[in-house]
Parts: sequence; C-alpha cells; structure tokens
Amino acid sequence: MSAAWAFQRATDGGGAWDDFLNALNAFYRRALTLPPQASTIARDIDGLHYFEITIMFAAAGLIAVVALYFVVRYRRRPGRDPTPRIVAPHWFEMVLYAGLLGLFVLFWVIGFRQYIDLSAPPDSAVDVYVTAKQWMWEFAYPEGPASAGVLYVPAGRPVRLHLTSRDVIHSFFVPDFRIKRDAVPGMYTTAWFQANAPGTHQILCTEMCGVGHSQMLARVVVLRPADFETFLLRRAPAATPTSGRDATPNAPPARGAPLAVIGRAAAARHGCLGCHSIDGTRRTGPSWLGLFGSTQLMADGERIRVTPAYITESMMDPQRRIVAGYPPVMPSFMGQISPAETAAIIEYMRSLADGIPDAEATRP
Amino acid sequence: MSTTTTPPASPGTRRIDYLNVETTIRSWLTTTDHKRIGILFLIMTTAALALGGVFALLLRLELLTPGGTFMDAMSYNRLFTLHGVVMVWLFLIPSIPGAFGNFLLPLMLGARDVAFPRLNLASVYIYAIGAVVVLAGAVLGGADTGWTFYPPYSTHTPTAVVPVLLGVFILGISSTITGLNFIVTTHTLRTEGMTWLRIPLFVWAVYATSIILVIATPVLGMTLLLIILDHAFRLGIFDPALGGDPILFQHLFWFYSHPAVYIMILPAMGVMSETVSAFAHKNIFSYNAIVIATLGIAFVGFLTWGHHMFTAGMSVFDSGAFGILSMFVAIFSAIKVFTWVSTLYKGSIALDAPMLYFFGFLFLFSFGGMTGVAVASMSLDVYWHDTYFVVAHFHFIMVGGSMMGFLAALHYWFPKMFGRMFPARSSTVAAVLVITGFILTFTPQFWLGNAGMPRRYYSYPDRFQTLNVISTVGSWAITAGLVLIGAYLLYALRWGARSGPNPWGSLGFEWNTPSPPPPHNYEEPPVITHQPHEYWRTAE
Repeated sequence: MSAAWAFQRATDGGGAWDDFLNALNAFYRRALTLPPQASTIARDIDGLHYFEITIMFAAAGLIAVVALYFVVRYRRRPGRDPTPRIVAPHWFEMVLYAGLLGLFVLFWVIGFRQYIDLSAPPDSAVDVYVTAKQWMWEFAYPEGPASAGVLYVPAGRPVRLHLTSRDVIHSFFVPDFRIKRDAVPGMYTTAWFQANAPGTHQILCTEMCGVGHSQMLARVVVLRPADFETFLLRRAPAATPTSGRDATPNAPPARGAPLAVIGRAAAARHGCLGCHSIDGTRRTGPSWLGLFGSTQLMADGERIRVTPAYITESMMDPQRRIVAGYPPVMPSFMGQISPAETAAIIEYMRSLADGIPDAEATRP
Repeated sequence: MSTTTTPPASPGTRRIDYLNVETTIRSWLTTTDHKRIGILFLIMTTAALALGGVFALLLRLELLTPGGTFMDAMSYNRLFTLHGVVMVWLFLIPSIPGAFGNFLLPLMLGARDVAFPRLNLASVYIYAIGAVVVLAGAVLGGADTGWTFYPPYSTHTPTAVVPVLLGVFILGISSTITGLNFIVTTHTLRTEGMTWLRIPLFVWAVYATSIILVIATPVLGMTLLLIILDHAFRLGIFDPALGGDPILFQHLFWFYSHPAVYIMILPAMGVMSETVSAFAHKNIFSYNAIVIATLGIAFVGFLTWGHHMFTAGMSVFDSGAFGILSMFVAIFSAIKVFTWVSTLYKGSIALDAPMLYFFGFLFLFSFGGMTGVAVASMSLDVYWHDTYFVVAHFHFIMVGGSMMGFLAALHYWFPKMFGRMFPARSSTVAAVLVITGFILTFTPQFWLGNAGMPRRYYSYPDRFQTLNVISTVGSWAITAGLVLIGAYLLYALRWGARSGPNPWGSLGFEWNTPSPPPPHNYEEPPVITHQPHEYWRTAE
C-alpha cells in the first residue's frame, strides 16, 4: 500500500531489495537529522515520515515551479492587458481536491494505525512506574527496586510505563524510541516501547515545567535480559554506567561505607545534583562546593551561616530562606528523604566544605 | 471601472480627506471614523510587533550557545511567554482585522462606516487597556508559563501570571466587539447591488474571522478567569492537588486557541486573494472555491482542537477523530493555494512589493501547510509534539503567513490610506530580506525538531548548536528588513510621491473612492453590478 508498509518488512536485511531499503533509510535519516532507530516502532514511524515528506516536497516543488513559470511567462508587458476571463472548470477542481483528500486520508490511516500500536502495549510487557517531579524522573519496579535519573530496561522485551507527576505536567520523551507521553498529576497515563539492543538513550522533558525544564534530563539504559534480571534481584546492574550529565544512582554503597560516600549516592538518587553542582558551577541552586560553613546573603537581606540546621530546613521547607540571586523554585523533600539520608547528605556537603572538588564523584 | 461613482478630485485644489479634515490629537482620540480607527489599530499593533520582535531577538540571542548565554533560565522563560502573549494577542489577532478590516470593510462594501462606530472606538480603548495590563504584568515580574498557561504550573508559578491573564481577558473583549461589528456591518450595510456573491474576498475572510472571534473568544475569557480563580483563591477547577482536572483546561484552551490560528491566518488569506488579483490584473480563478474554503476553515477549524493533545492522555478513538478532522481542514487551505496559483495563469503580473509578499506567503504557507498535514498524522505528531518541529511549523504557516499578509496589506493599501507611494527599490530589498530571513530562521528549526530538541528549552545539548546559530542569524535578517520597512514608510508618509487615486490599476471596490478617501467615503452610495477584479471588462 505504501512505502511505510514496505519499510516494516525490510528490517531483517538480506536480499537486494532489503539492501536498497536499508540504504534509503540511512539516506533519509541523515538528510532529516533523525536520531537512531532504537525501538521496534521507530523504523515504521520514520517510514511514514519519509513517505509524507517526499510527497510534500514534490507537491511544494511543483507549486513553486508553476508559480515561477507563470511569473516569468506572464510578467506585465505592453499588450498583456486586458487579461482574459478564466474560471476554474468544475471537473478540474473536483478531481484535484478528491485526489488530495484521498492522499490525506491515506496519511491519516497509516498514522492512526501506528498511533494505535503506540497506545496498545502487549500483555507480556515489563511494568515500570514513572514519577516525574520538578526536575527529575523516578522509576520504580513492582519487584521493589527504584532509581532516579536512570531507567533500566531489558532489550527485546516490551516495557510498559505508567506515568504520573507529583507537581505539574511533564512529558516523557525518548527521541531514539519515537515515543512521548505526558506525565499528569492526579492521573496515570501509559506508554510502551521495546528497545532493540543494549545501549543508552536520552530522556527529555517536553512539557514546560519551570526553570529546570531544560535540565530535566535522564537516561534509559537498555540491559541484556540476563543483566536486567540481575538488576531486579540485586537492585543494581552488574556493570553500572558511571558517566553522563544526569544524576546516576550508583549501586548503593556497602554497609559501613563512609557517611559522605553514602550521602553522595543519596544526593544523586534524589536528584539534588541536577540543580546543585559539586564543582562550583552555577546552576539552578547554589553549588555545594565550599558551601558548608560559609556565610550566605539571603534574598531578604539576612546573612546566614550554612549549618546542618539551615541545610535541613532548606531540604524540607526550601522557600523559607533562599540564598540571594537564586530563584525560589526548589521543591520540598519532606517525607521523601529519610533522616539517615539527610544526615549523610549533610556529611557529604561537609566533605566539600574545603572547596576541593570530589574527585571520585560522578559528574552529574 | 463601470461602478466608479465618485468624480476624481480636481488637481491643484486641496481636497478634504479623512486625514486633513481635522488634525488635532483630540480629533483622533475621539474619532468614530472607521478609517481613523484602522490607523489607530495600525499604530498600536505595529508597536506590539516591535516589542514582540525585540523579545524574539533576545530569545534567539540567548539560544546562540547551548548553556546560559546572557540571561538566566527564569528570564528566558518569562521572555518566551511574553513573546508569545504579545505576538498572539497584541499583534497577530488584532492587526489585520483591527487595522485593515476597519479601514477597508466599509469602503469595500460601499458603506459610510461600520454598523456601530462608537463601539468601534470602544474597542480601541479596550485594546489599549488590555495591552497596558499585560505590560504591567510584564513589569511586575511577568508569567513564565508559556502563552498556553497550562495548569497546574500556571496555578503554582511564583510569577505575576494574574495580570497577564487579566490583560488577555480584556483584549478578548476588544476583539469580540470588532468581530460583532464586522458581522453586522456585512449583513446590513452592503450598498445597492452588493449581493453576497459580489462581496470582495477580503471581506469574506474578515467576516469568517469575525464569526470565529465571536464564538470562540468568550470560551477563552471564561477559561482564563477560571485559571485566575484557581491561582488566586485555590478554587480547584484545574489544579489536581485541589481536585481539579488539568486536561479539562487543555480542551477549553484549545477550543479557543486552535480556531485562533484561523483568526490569524484567514485575514491574511483574504489579503492574498485581493493582492493576487490586483497585481496579476486577473479575475480570481474560482471565487466560489475561495468563499467555500473560507467558510469551511471557519467551521471545521472548531472541530480540530484535540490535535494539540495527542500525547496528553486522551482516548485513542477521540484522537483518531481529531486526526481526520485536521486533515479535512488542510484540504480547504490547499484549495486556496491552487486557486491563487491558477489565478496567475495568463495574467499580467507586476512584481511590486505586495506581490513579493504574496510569493513569500505562497512559499511559507505551502511548506507550513504540508508540515501541518505531517503533524496531523498522529504517530508522527507523537514524535514532533512540543519539539522545535512544531515551532517551525507554526512560525511558517501562522506567523509567516500572517506577517506576509500584514506586510502585503500595508504596501498594497498604503497609497489608499495616505495617498503617497513608498520607494519601490527599498521595498523590494526589504521584502527579500524579510522573506529570506524567515526561511533562514525557521527552516533549521524543522531539523532541530527532527533531531529531538524540545521547545521552551533554555539550555540544550551541544549537538543542536549549529542549527541554532543559523536560526539566530536569520532572525537578524528579518529584523533588518522590518526596520527598513519602518524607515521608508515613515519617510513616504511625508515625502513619498503622490500616488493618485489608484496607482496599481486595481479593480477592487475600495479604489472607487479617491485616495486618501474623503471622511464620508462616498459622495453618494455606489451601485455594484458585478464582482470585483473582473479585469477582462477593461477592454470594454
């Protein structure tokens, strides 16, 4: 019926026709600056994209050429006026617009079919609960593990996401998978995908959600199925990626680890490091480097020494006293960070008090 | 020219026209003359365009580098919100209807004035009050929600969202009055012989726009009031933390705001129908097709709002219905494009500035329209929704289209309004700058969207930088063109060559009066015997 259907069958490779389609796919994808096709549905959707863009460029090109020809051919010259009376023949209009309507309906049929596919997860899907909040993503699995900033999923198995939000509307977007779904407070929406192979893909927020909107980044880490099983059992994958801009939860430190190390992991897990840098870089909130014990000017003119009491207050009731020059946007972590974690995070901040960056820390 | 009923002004004597009949400031501020009200709207909406344009320039400058360039995230969010609010409600919606609709509608219909002249004057003041309230909100801290005001963000934001919402609410009253006035004028004040199928196409376009304004704007007003109540009194209509439904807001908002894009583009389409006829000296290829398509857009445009919500959590069935209705509305736009291009066939085409904007419109509208069909394909919309692809799409079709319409109208009817010509060569240079600037600014944004860059992003991953730089450079070209236009039009107001009554040789009915028109438009009511722009009759 269309190039889009043909594309669906061409993914396996082998045979001259498939080679041709693969080359065509590579050409279009580069010309249109599309990201990699990392989910099972990505190539189908791109196929429809190519199909429509090709027809449209042909149509727009035709309009441009015809208009240009008329301009040159019928430019105003002596003797051109008066112009003849020309009125559209009805058959011409009917054929043209019926053909166009047929084409548009074809686009709609293919797009709607794919939309239904996008909306209907298979029953065998792995479930993940996604909670968005300003400005981080949290992921929880029915088996128990939870993580912030990194979504671990198995390759080759469908994954169903149940999305919601704690505060305002966010939108979960993975360009490499060609999926997007709003996370709306007070309701659950669903989305699903099946990743083709192990790898890492960016998650972006596409619904305006405040000053941290463009920093609300996270990653999908696609694991081999066996590694994913290990992750579910041990709450952490065998090989944890340790780089990237977003807050990566490392495997929780072993019991008895120094409190500052536990604090660093907790800060990453709760997304603190998305707004507070640990290397002195100015972000949405003050950098933690050299912050502990310093004296800061508040927005209301008061000068305050950064003590454990002030840090605790700032975590639980952030709007009360804001450091001058920063927006009053930090959400409360009341009831979300345990007392033990609070102590550990403060200890980690104390370890940065001397102004020497934490060499071991993951760059968030 | 068989309907000309006004004797041409004898040269040498000082003819009384609407500009020189009274010249005090008071006479302008208390005028009920539709032509003067049109000029007042032209001044105010052009000022709004300049303001919104400065915001856009700052935004593009900030996006020159991936991180913060020269402002913080909060300022950026406030700026893009103000850019959207000012451009949509202070410029795009009121500009062509307020300025050219007011000026031309009675002239084209052969009427003395609009149906409610004093109400018309009120619409000027209500617009001014709305603009002041919006700008007061901007000074008080501005909103940072985007022009869409989605709750619960808009009910929680610490910024001054209430005055901005209130200002938009007041502006809505102004445009509703304008719409009401145009509808009644078109029904009741047509001159003898002006049957419905002889009405100029610009009037049809403004008439259809007015219907949308009158039906849709009250829904916006109601919705904005509910947001204000949610924000100020924690009422809980839309805020889920108080038991409200944020998706309900999106339905109500887009029930207005989708038809609103037709409020912006329909008048520009009307300008194009007039322009292509007048500068090709040719009857329109199919008058009926344009009229049917105009009314079709106004009607079907009300049934497509859900296509803004394909990722919001609407049912699959509803989404499908909104998808196919969106395809239908695209058909009507395609009908117009084909009709305009066919009108050029065997014409006598003069490439004056308005015609250059017609070709700019044709290009931007064709690509904008076809990418519109692409985003109406639902699976593709899931990918493109809230990315720069959509930003590029609506800046091509809605902003580009309306801007081209506004600039074409400004140049086409400048001699009508002021009796003077603008310098031809400067106008060509400016048109080329603006049109190429538009293409340069927004074409890279299609690729940015394809690559997955979300909109409303203060900072962006490094891989998007090259295309952002090109886009920013394009914004400077648009600015240069617009500044040039402002300069030579101000020059031409005083020093431009006298244009005579009809410099373009146009057969539009509005040219049946002298230029600039006398205060009362027509010495005696004209009698219309055929459609406008029947150029083959000039042989008779």
